[in-house]
Amino acid sequence: MHPRPPAPRGPRRRTLLRGLAGAGTLAALPALAGCSTRDPNTVTLVSNRANDAQRTAVRDSVDLFEAGSDHRVEINTIDATSFQESINNYLQGTPDDVIGWFAGYRTRFFAERGLISDVSAVWEGLEGAFTDQVRDLCTAPDGRQYMVPDSTAPWAVFHRRSLFEENGYEVPATRAEFVELCERMRRDGLEPLASGVREGWPAMGMFDHLNLRINGPEYHLELLDGAHSWDSPEVRSVFGAWAELLPHHQPDPLGRGINEAQTALVRREAGMMLCGMFLTHVFPEGEDLDDLDCFPFPEFDPEIGADAMEAPVDGFMASAAPRNPEGAHALLAHFGTLEAEELYTAVDPQALPARVDADISGLSPLKAKVKDMVDNAGALTQYMDRDSRPDFASIVMIPALQRFLSRPDDIADLTATIQRQKLSIFGQ
Amino acid sequence: MASPGTAAAPPAAPPPPEPRPRRPRTALRHDRADRISLALMLGVPALLVLGLVWIPAAVTVVLSFTRWDGIGGLDTIEWVGTQNYVDAATIYPPFEPALRNNLVWLLALFTVPTLLGMFLAVLLDRELRGGRIYQSVFYLPVVLSLALIGFIWQLVYSSDQGLLNAFLALFSNAPAVDWFGDPDINLYAVLVAAGWRHTGYIMLLYLAGLKAVDPSLREAAAIDGAGPVRTFTSVVFPALLPINLVVVVVTVIDGLRAFDIVWIINRGRNGLELISALVTSNVIGEASRVGFGSALAVVMLAISLVFITIYVSTVLRGAQR
Repeated sequence: MHPRPPAPRGPRRRTLLRGLAGAGTLAALPALAGCSTRDPNTVTLVSNRANDAQRTAVRDSVDLFEAGSDHRVEINTIDATSFQESINNYLQGTPDDVIGWFAGYRTRFFAERGLISDVSAVWEGLEGAFTDQVRDLCTAPDGRQYMVPDSTAPWAVFHRRSLFEENGYEVPATRAEFVELCERMRRDGLEPLASGVREGWPAMGMFDHLNLRINGPEYHLELLDGAHSWDSPEVRSVFGAWAELLPHHQPDPLGRGINEAQTALVRREAGMMLCGMFLTHVFPEGEDLDDLDCFPFPEFDPEIGADAMEAPVDGFMASAAPRNPEGAHALLAHFGTLEAEELYTAVDPQALPARVDADISGLSPLKAKVKDMVDNAGALTQYMDRDSRPDFASIVMIPALQRFLSRPDDIADLTATIQRQKLSIFGQ
Repeated sequence: MASPGTAAAPPAAPPPPEPRPRRPRTALRHDRADRISLALMLGVPALLVLGLVWIPAAVTVVLSFTRWDGIGGLDTIEWVGTQNYVDAATIYPPFEPALRNNLVWLLALFTVPTLLGMFLAVLLDRELRGGRIYQSVFYLPVVLSLALIGFIWQLVYSSDQGLLNAFLALFSNAPAVDWFGDPDINLYAVLVAAGWRHTGYIMLLYLAGLKAVDPSLREAAAIDGAGPVRTFTSVVFPALLPINLVVVVVTVIDGLRAFDIVWIINRGRNGLELISALVTSNVIGEASRVGFGSALAVVMLAISLVFITIYVSTVLRGAQR
């Protein structure tokens, strides 16, 4: 391929990519993105927040922006999973000016490949609004920021408050108490831990939390970044601890979607569920949602404690060459303001404001509690598929975790398999 | 992705030899307009086949020797030789089950749905009362959208809320069967769904073929005293040879490109690995292992080529006769 004359290659490479990636999914995106060459004051925004509440929240926030600005915003909402599957190609085509996405590794990756543009100018107006850690999550290795964060949807162990009160269950703080509570729930005819991992990625949550509690957040992040071997006593001890908890999980998790598992919690068939705040979308508003409570994943090792927390941060990025750069930056700055974040998080039940100065007095008790947990967390992580290379997380870890769930007894062989693939993907 | 399905089309015929000037024969001389229309009629399909089949297929083969994340110029492509193939065969656990599952899929489609489809076609060909309704019912799965099919089978197979487990619970106290999650049985559960769709397709093909069979053949068989079974096996079935060939090709293509149902269930993992699903999960999405995914696609292409070769040689032999 190399010795060919370079002139007509550009478009052909793109054609080729489209062909490679399967025309179906991709055909829809350029069609959506390519339809705006009108008003120079128009800013286009692509949003992967596609739940009803999220659509409303984005709309409300954009309305607030338009009220105080000359710019008009055109919103394209795309289902989160489809967007995730096509974002690489989407960003190389003609993306919208402002793009909703995830902080951390996922933003850094696009920044390094030049697919999104520097927004540190916007960050100058946001000094002190975010913790250093959130700032780092939005910063590429070149020291510049590429994302304006707006909200986070942390993970915790969720349960129904009424169920705990009726049965006299106490919130467990340690591994021993946790296991004891699980055993008690089983005697009471409940599934202690709702579990549905047919989609694959939900299995990562349990690994992350056990690793955070057993080996600590620093080791966890280094492991996911490829710095440690997976074929190690540390990783095996995580799988070992998981194997001990497996009898307390809902049986046959591999055939159950995460939504079905969440439903088990809503219907009081399961006692607890380790899940992200997005669980709130399945709880009917009102009595049921008010009954939802949570606690931090319990402590496994007193030296490590239980104050590390998974809090995936979401935000907005600017495309590599926005057609309306001024408008794009104005919209990004708006998403970083206190008003916008408070407005957004009041509507979307899963979202907590990313700003440190957000007023929590108006939040629901559940949100206030989680916000408090986040503020007092010793370390925040993003979730396995946001803290590691996406190819490693999806191609290696999902099948590996699924294999563990169906055959939990050969951990040594499993970790060896993961390590061999890790070496091939991380390239040493 | 070089789709082996499209590659099954017979290759473009070579341009016809131009009449040589040495022996001018007025009858064969083409004027300008003839030449232009000839060039268009051959050139346009040839370009399409070249651009949509051969070039992507060749590029896939080239990319399979590289490591590339699909982003940035061609200078970011790193040549790794046969590393991708070695990795797939040695350290990529889903690869071997995927090969096996594709084979099982192919065999299963050949046995049950093909025979069942043929049987239904023979029944419907007898002009039963309400035959058109049955015909529509059996053909319906072929036209249903993928999302709907996923939803329907989810309703049937869900382990907590599914129809099948609720039904089984009426008769036995055995624990609920995890139809989608148990890697030992989920392939067969999904094959029922795939066969459900394939049966209707095969039925329609045979029905069309049966309608085309000359009725005098049957009459002759009846006069000779052959019963319905004998008539079918000795007279009608041999007359269906062209349809049989089409059915074989359609089934092979369906077996090799099987993808949609497993993808919608669990993205082709945990017992439902298929090569097409592995290619997709590697190449599209954020993983973007274009080189590795291409290597898997080339393996699929190689398998398809075996069948394509058999098909093309059969067709060519038929044409010579």
